[in-house]
Amino acid sequence: MSVFSFKRSIGGLLLVLPLVLFLGLVFFAPLAGMLGLSILDKELREVLPRTVATLEHWDGGGTPPDSAYEAVVRDLFDARQTKTAGMAARRVGYHDNGLRSVITGTARALPKNISGVADWKETLVAADQSWASSGIWQAIYRSSGPVSDFFLLSAIDLRRDATGAMHRANNEGLYVNVLLRTFVIALTVTLICLLLALPTAELLASAGATASSLLMLVLLLPLWTSVLVRSAAWLVILQTNGVVNQALMKLQLIAEPLALVYNRTGVLIALTHILLPYAVLPLYGVMKSLPKNQMLAASSLGAGPVEAFFRIYLPQIAPGVSAAGLLVFILALGYYITPLLLGGAGDQLLPFYIAYNTTQSINWGLASALGSILLVATVLLYFAYVRLVGVERIGLG
Amino acid sequence: MVSAGRKWKLASRMIAILVFVFLIGPIFAIIPLSFNGGSILAYPLDGLSLKWYAKVLDTPRWWTAISNSVLVGTATVALATPLGTLAALGLSRSNFIGKALLTALLMSPMIVPTIITAVGIYFYFAPLGLANTLTGLVLAHTALAVPFVLVTVSAALSKFDRTLLRAGASLGAAPLSTFRRVTMPIIMPGIASGAIFAFTTSFDEVVVAIMLTGPAQRTLPRELLSGTRENLDPTVMAVATVLIAVSAVLLLLLTLIQHKARKLTQKQR
Repeated sequence: MSVFSFKRSIGGLLLVLPLVLFLGLVFFAPLAGMLGLSILDKELREVLPRTVATLEHWDGGGTPPDSAYEAVVRDLFDARQTKTAGMAARRVGYHDNGLRSVITGTARALPKNISGVADWKETLVAADQSWASSGIWQAIYRSSGPVSDFFLLSAIDLRRDATGAMHRANNEGLYVNVLLRTFVIALTVTLICLLLALPTAELLASAGATASSLLMLVLLLPLWTSVLVRSAAWLVILQTNGVVNQALMKLQLIAEPLALVYNRTGVLIALTHILLPYAVLPLYGVMKSLPKNQMLAASSLGAGPVEAFFRIYLPQIAPGVSAAGLLVFILALGYYITPLLLGGAGDQLLPFYIAYNTTQSINWGLASALGSILLVATVLLYFAYVRLVGVERIGLG
Repeated sequence: MVSAGRKWKLASRMIAILVFVFLIGPIFAIIPLSFNGGSILAYPLDGLSLKWYAKVLDTPRWWTAISNSVLVGTATVALATPLGTLAALGLSRSNFIGKALLTALLMSPMIVPTIITAVGIYFYFAPLGLANTLTGLVLAHTALAVPFVLVTVSAALSKFDRTLLRAGASLGAAPLSTFRRVTMPIIMPGIASGAIFAFTTSFDEVVVAIMLTGPAQRTLPRELLSGTRENLDPTVMAVATVLIAVSAVLLLLLTLIQHKARKLTQKQR
């Protein structure tokens, strides 16, 4: 403790400051922003400001106040000029896809000039019949933000109806399935990795110095090779006329090529390959620290190999096993490229849907909600991991 | 009982050896395919040829990607190395409540799934005009790379004998000169290792690159991904082989540095 004087600590903190600022701006602010986007719901408010304002005092039942019709006509008239009606239509469409066209259709059908309009309600209903019934009004009311649980609920396939009660969304449980699939695949990969890593780490720990450094290189080269290159390699090797199928056919083990890619098998093989070194390294660390002749001692005292393994060896390497398992599981939740290249449509994991909603369907709210779920799960597991191994050993060496 | 033990051991060894084959096999299996005389990605090879490498070098798209990757990687090293080194020095000389939490937070870019970092930064950079710029990509890669520098320099500092600092001071050296002449040489291998980690992180990174690059900023992994998905041919294998070679050289360099560093600390004691 004596080396850590107060003055030194202040000086030390000053040295950490640049990194704190940098990561604050470039890493933590974006993460916070993403968490924010999962509950911010401002699209409709921006395109239809008058409408949202008049509906603020509505109770959500029956037909809206008369002033609302004028507000909608004026808002959509403006939206037509600024070409933002599509944005509002998209947001209403999240609530009920059938109502999407009501917004775009009305914006198109409104008269060229609205300065002479006397009966706003008549004008609006003339543009689209739907404005006479409550459905579209409910949709606008429920989607008007500025904050809502809409995207977070969508991420677990729930939505609120007109009264605010929750129901299953009409999407065949898409995202709950994705979450379950991600969990199951991560767990499967973790178990396979642990099973394969135990004998591998044992060999590394018991081999002589030269053999051990050579084997270490064999372990580290894949770890250092980019995930993309390794995934592409597996794609080439596992495809119908790839090396694996060729070899199996030549050995006459199979008559027809096996389907090893664009399915679950390909994803599991490649993810295991990518994550295995992360399981081997912590186990190796623990095994290396055990005294070599312990097992001999156990057997000289009459313990059989199985008994010695379960009673002497396993309890001592248990912390290493849980650290390795937790690390592999955390990492397995986050792979995007590997399932993208090796999986079929039904093998894509949570990261795929985050990317899909960001770049393809441009639903940033849903992308953020899915991202927030993954982020929270990862952070919780990360803290469990840090508690388990200690902060100074997070680095994988 | 002894023979049962033997069998266990033998089975365990067999599995371990198969695992090592499984780990290294795919990497070595695709390298020869890049030298294939024919255009099919399977064995036997249709003669040996360097034509796919020539094709890569003849394609401007690949050249842009190579130069972008080298540029972004170098800039990432230039930013991440000093940031990470200063922070490691700072953390090693201070002690305060919450230090473990701060360290865990500074390391977290290593653990948070890259897709989340990528999407978060994309949402954040797009309104600032930093999406589809190399600057944006460098900033994002630096955030991903900096924990590795922090880890390697911290590891070097933890092995470092603090009495040397006091010895320096008692011999009349000013703090800065103690730092330059005692601390620096000892942690230099840690800094160099961190720089190598930082370069690899950027050079191999593809998920952030998907989100933050347009056609003009595409990096080597980004082009490789397009190639793999759209037109998987031996040129893609040639680029993959080059990336494997770069990784192998950097890993070798890292091993050499750490080997030397171990010798240095042994001499010290």
